[in-house]
This record gives sequence, structure tokens and C-alpha cells, in this order.
Amino acid sequence: MKDFLTDSVFFGAFISLAAYEAGLLLKKKFRIALLNPLLIGTILVMAALLLLKVEYRSYNESAGYISYLLTPATVCLAVPLYQQLELLKKNRKAVAAGITAGVLTSLFSVFLLAKLFSLSHEQYVTLLPKSITTAIGMGVSKELGGMETITVAVIIVTGILGNVMAEFVCKIFRIQEPVAKGLALGTSSHAIGTAKAMELGEIEGAMSSLSIAVAGLLTVFGASIFAKFM
Amino acid sequence: MKYLHQFGIILFLSFLGEILHRIIPLPVPASVCGLLLMLLALCTGILKLNQVRETAGFLIEIMPVMFIPAAVGLLDAWPSLRPVWIPILLITVITTILVMAVTGQVTQYMIRKETKRKRSIPERRPK
Repeated sequence: MKDFLTDSVFFGAFISLAAYEAGLLLKKKFRIALLNPLLIGTILVMAALLLLKVEYRSYNESAGYISYLLTPATVCLAVPLYQQLELLKKNRKAVAAGITAGVLTSLFSVFLLAKLFSLSHEQYVTLLPKSITTAIGMGVSKELGGMETITVAVIIVTGILGNVMAEFVCKIFRIQEPVAKGLALGTSSHAIGTAKAMELGEIEGAMSSLSIAVAGLLTVFGASIFAKFM
Repeated sequence: MKYLHQFGIILFLSFLGEILHRIIPLPVPASVCGLLLMLLALCTGILKLNQVRETAGFLIEIMPVMFIPAAVGLLDAWPSLRPVWIPILLITVITTILVMAVTGQVTQYMIRKETKRKRSIPERRPK
């Protein structure tokens, strides 16, 4: 049985979809932000793998087909962005200021907290690209001499946190403008946050997509400067 | 055939993004290159919205599922995370909230300031 699950081409992909579906059902039923389908789905798959003693590697050989679509899906974020181009042009100053402020906050707060917890240089640069999309963040971490595996893990956790906490944070800090909400999500929690922004609305989604690219590129330059501080 | 055609175009742009990613010396991923290429193609009119709209909408809708395999990968990263997980988790939570709040607040402040300014200009000019 275990060998069969390990070898199966469809098992990993199937349980990923099923777990997400279960998360959707729970969210519909209870309407609590913490019951986030991505979070629930991830926990359910982890539990299933541990319970059935299937290794991550063999799971991912099947589930990897789902991740394969991530690049085409990210490319498609150009569509909502294009549809909101007028709005973007109208608010270009606010957009530029917001994303720049966000990126600087991210780098600066990681720097301060790393000092506070007296992390090593290696741990510090591992965390610097935590708010940007995995593909860029991995590259930044590698270039600065960080631990790539941990960077990826932290980026994913950041994304899920942003996705789960978005509505709560926007409420507390009275962020009401759809443009501001979208940028806040994309700049703080990249593509996983953007998935949430898409649920909030078209404007939010488009602005969040934009910040994945802009915040990512700004961080490439910013992180190389901040890396020298510690 | 419509969906096949649309998916083909999307894959083609992803492929072009991959090529660009190889050429550019910065760590800009293929997906972001492809996104910028598609935006450029839409803006210049080379690509029409209805040539990709439905499939793009579908892919974006199911996007959260695509993060599950990577997120489950935390299982494998756990041994290297374990010795430092408390400070790292604290830093992750605090900075994520901070970045979200600052980005949102700054953007909102700028938008509202701009709107106010635009509203006040016609008032200053007597008709």
C-alpha cells in the first residue's frame, strides 16, 4: 500500500486538491479568517503524509505537476493589471510611494529584529528577501550567502500569514482604499497574498500583482545594500 | 478549441519569459519576465484581451492550490529550521504585519492627499 502511494503519479496531486477543497468547505461553513483554504490544505496534506508515512519527495513528484502551473498563472496576472492600467496611471505617485515604503520597512525591520535577536550574518541575509516572491527571493538569498531552504520556508510562511491576516490588518490599520489594500498585500506577502487580493476584488488583485514585480525588483537592489549593515 | 489556443499563448509567453530570465543577469524569475511581456503585448495591442481572458481567469482562480506543494515542503525544511524557529517565526510575523500596515497607510495617505488637492483646485479658481 505504502509503495503504491509512493509510486503513484496522481496521489500527491489528488490529495492536494482534495485538501484544498476541504479547506474551502470549512471556510464556507464557519467564515473564520484563520480557516484559510491554503493553510488548512497544507496542514491536511502534511498530516496525511506523516500518517501514511509517505516522504515529501515522492509526494512532490506527483504534486509538482500542480506547481508547474505557477509560472503560467503568474504570467496571467498581467491580465488584471492591464485591465486596471488607467487606475494605476492615475495613482502612480501613491503606488510608487507605497511600494517603496513597504520594501524599506521590510528590509529595515528585518535588520532591527535580527540585531535584537543577535542573529548571525548568514541568518540575517536568509531573512532579508522574506516578503518577495519565492523565485526572486531564492536568488537573492543565494547571492548574499543565505540558507536557501530556510528562505523558501520563511517566504511561504510569510505568504500564508499575509493571506490569513490581510482582512484583520486592514481593519486594525483602517486601510480602506482598494488600491492601498492590494499594494499592502502584494508588497508584504507576494503571490500568496495576491491570491487573497484577487478574492477581495479586481482592483486589489491587480495592484497586488503589480507589487509582486516591483517590490521583488526593488528588494534585489535594497537587500544587497542592507546585507552590508550586519 | 478556444481554451487550447489561449493556454498555448500563455505557455508561449511563459517560455519567452524563461528565455529572458536566462539572458538577464539579475535574479528576475521567468514568471515575472513573462508577466511583463504579457503586459507589454496587451498594451501594444499585439495580444488582444479575448485571446487569453478565460484561461487566465481560470489559472488565477486556482492559484492558491499551486502553493500547497511548496508549503508542504516545510516538512523537509524543518530539521534546518528547528534550532532557530522561534526568533525566525517572531521576525516573520512582526515584519509581515509592519510591511502590510506601512504600505497600505502610505498609499492611502497619498491617494487621499491627491484627491483633496484635485478637489480644492477648482474651488480656488473663481468662475
